[in-house]
Amino acid sequence: MNIITCVKQVPASSQVDVDPDTGVLIRDGNNVKMNPYDLYALELSFQLRDKRAGSTVHTVTMGPPSARQVLLESFFMGGDEATLVSDPRFAGADVLATAYTLSQLIRTIGNFDVVVCGKQTTDGDTAQVGPEIAEFLGIPHVPYVIDILNVTDRGMRVRSIYDAHDEIVDVAFPCLITVEKGHLVPRLPSYRRKLAYRDHPIGLVALSDLVDPNPDHYGLKGSPTQVEAIFPPDKRTESVRHTGTKTELAQTLFDLLKESKYV
Amino acid sequence: MGYIKINQDKLSAKTAQELIELCPFNAFDYTDAYLSINAACKLCKICVKNGPDGVCEFIEDDRPSIDKNKYKGIVVYVEHYQGKPHPVAWELVGKAKELARITKEHVSCLVIGDKTEDIVQEALSYGVDHVHVYDDPAFHDFNVETYTQVVADFQTRQQANILLFGGTMQGRSFAPRVAAKLKTGLTADCTKLDIREDGDLLQIRPAFGGNIMAKIHTPNHRPQLATIRYKMFDAPTKQNPHGTIHHHHLDKPLAASSIRLVESLPKADIEDISDADVIIAVGRGFKKEKDLELIEPLRKKLNATLACTRPLIENGWFDARKQIGLSGRTVKPKLIINIGISGAVQYIEGMKDAELIISVNSDPDNRLFEISHHNIIGDLYDVIPELNRLIDTLT
Repeated sequence: MNIITCVKQVPASSQVDVDPDTGVLIRDGNNVKMNPYDLYALELSFQLRDKRAGSTVHTVTMGPPSARQVLLESFFMGGDEATLVSDPRFAGADVLATAYTLSQLIRTIGNFDVVVCGKQTTDGDTAQVGPEIAEFLGIPHVPYVIDILNVTDRGMRVRSIYDAHDEIVDVAFPCLITVEKGHLVPRLPSYRRKLAYRDHPIGLVALSDLVDPNPDHYGLKGSPTQVEAIFPPDKRTESVRHTGTKTELAQTLFDLLKESKYV
Repeated sequence: MGYIKINQDKLSAKTAQELIELCPFNAFDYTDAYLSINAACKLCKICVKNGPDGVCEFIEDDRPSIDKNKYKGIVVYVEHYQGKPHPVAWELVGKAKELARITKEHVSCLVIGDKTEDIVQEALSYGVDHVHVYDDPAFHDFNVETYTQVVADFQTRQQANILLFGGTMQGRSFAPRVAAKLKTGLTADCTKLDIREDGDLLQIRPAFGGNIMAKIHTPNHRPQLATIRYKMFDAPTKQNPHGTIHHHHLDKPLAASSIRLVESLPKADIEDISDADVIIAVGRGFKKEKDLELIEPLRKKLNATLACTRPLIENGWFDARKQIGLSGRTVKPKLIINIGISGAVQYIEGMKDAELIISVNSDPDNRLFEISHHNIIGDLYDVIPELNRLIDTLT
């Protein structure tokens, strides 16, 4: 079975500020990590691989050349192959253009049974890219998967977690699943794999290598949504600040609750 | 539309370095005295506005634009589970009616399912102009593949300007599928919506994973799609129905789906924080799980519902349904007391509409204080035990 797993490099910290004078984003861009949800996507991929002899996990990512780092990490955790899709013309891609790019990469790699994505990323927080990739590939998708119950030659049975209920779903190959975190325990990178894989080749795919090389379908040009402005969130002007000793502060809080008739 | 052009002749090693430092996304690469832009660029244009004069230039490029007059109407997709509509749909109807006053468009609901009569009647009672119905035993259970085909069929017939979906777990899986099918834009979890007279929807949401808001629009694609979380807007008051019901059937036979629901397993109910009147929310200020006991006297006294921030879910201290924020629930209680929470924007967007916000935190500069009505600047490990003593005196 051929498994393709999508991962993404995200900022390690969500502490981004806007300079109030210049409106410029201040962000420590050097500090990056693998999207935490992808660790679960990888773990599930490895478990799926181990259920069928001869299976492989091929991790893919879209990003700048430095995003190779997350692919190396996927090797150290257990990945077999990896490909980076990178091109300056991907700049400014929104969800649709990102999903289209990844679907094109997956088509270019070809011959897959399952595409695995994390439920969402911690920087975009949209959870949209996985389902859009599936639509572009014309394959079914099952979101929020926490477990693989059974695998046959033609499909698998998975458990998905929703708010008020869980679902057991049968899905035929090829398909895409998005993985919810918190149920599997992602494996740690292994030192032995680190030594074995640190020079393992990583495929590099640019726009001209894709099945559809038309630059109008990628990056900002291929993005229906545009960011018109960025601005800091609203502040409340009528905030009251209370300082003092711990006794005074407790009294203040107590009085506030009393005033508003909660105690 | 456009791209950023770097005028290499105006570039020096110094200005290149300035640009590298300026870019919040690390999108510049400087090698062999040549500056290039990589795929990390978000076209935020900061390098154009704030960078060294004339080095970075934004080049507009034209492309044919669509005729926006051909697309009319704001449509709310009515999600339902086992015959019960999700109330987020009615909140979206309320917002859609506000927007429609500006553009003078119709507000409609789209209902897909089996035996949907009650849902259709309820939609009408919120004063929508039209309810479009695809009622068929084949639509009994939600199936993302078949339902996507139905929305595509609907869009071909109706040429809607805007489609709104609840940002529920189902909506967040369904709306992107529809967006990709219709090759249009979708903005997830908008916290605010506005509209221009030409029908361009302005979608506002936190962006780039940080404490930044972005105003997003879809200038050249229709329909415009957005998901909005439950409890972001208010449902309109019920009224005498005036709307028209339209029954539709698919033109083409349904393509078979390769997804089959085997079983739906209801979970034990837990108190829904979205509906709570009084909430005590806890965050990373609590050093260990056992320390949560500190707030028990206050919680009992207020009969409050306990909720938390994302890191505590990650610690495994709470059921995921107890999380406030854009990746959890949106809450609108009468009172919320935030204890030991510094307030990432995703958290703030999930609770800022509470009627009274009181926050306890030892850091005087934390973000949550900017939106709270009352800020108690002190360590929770000092203040809460003292407060418990005061509560004790009441009984």
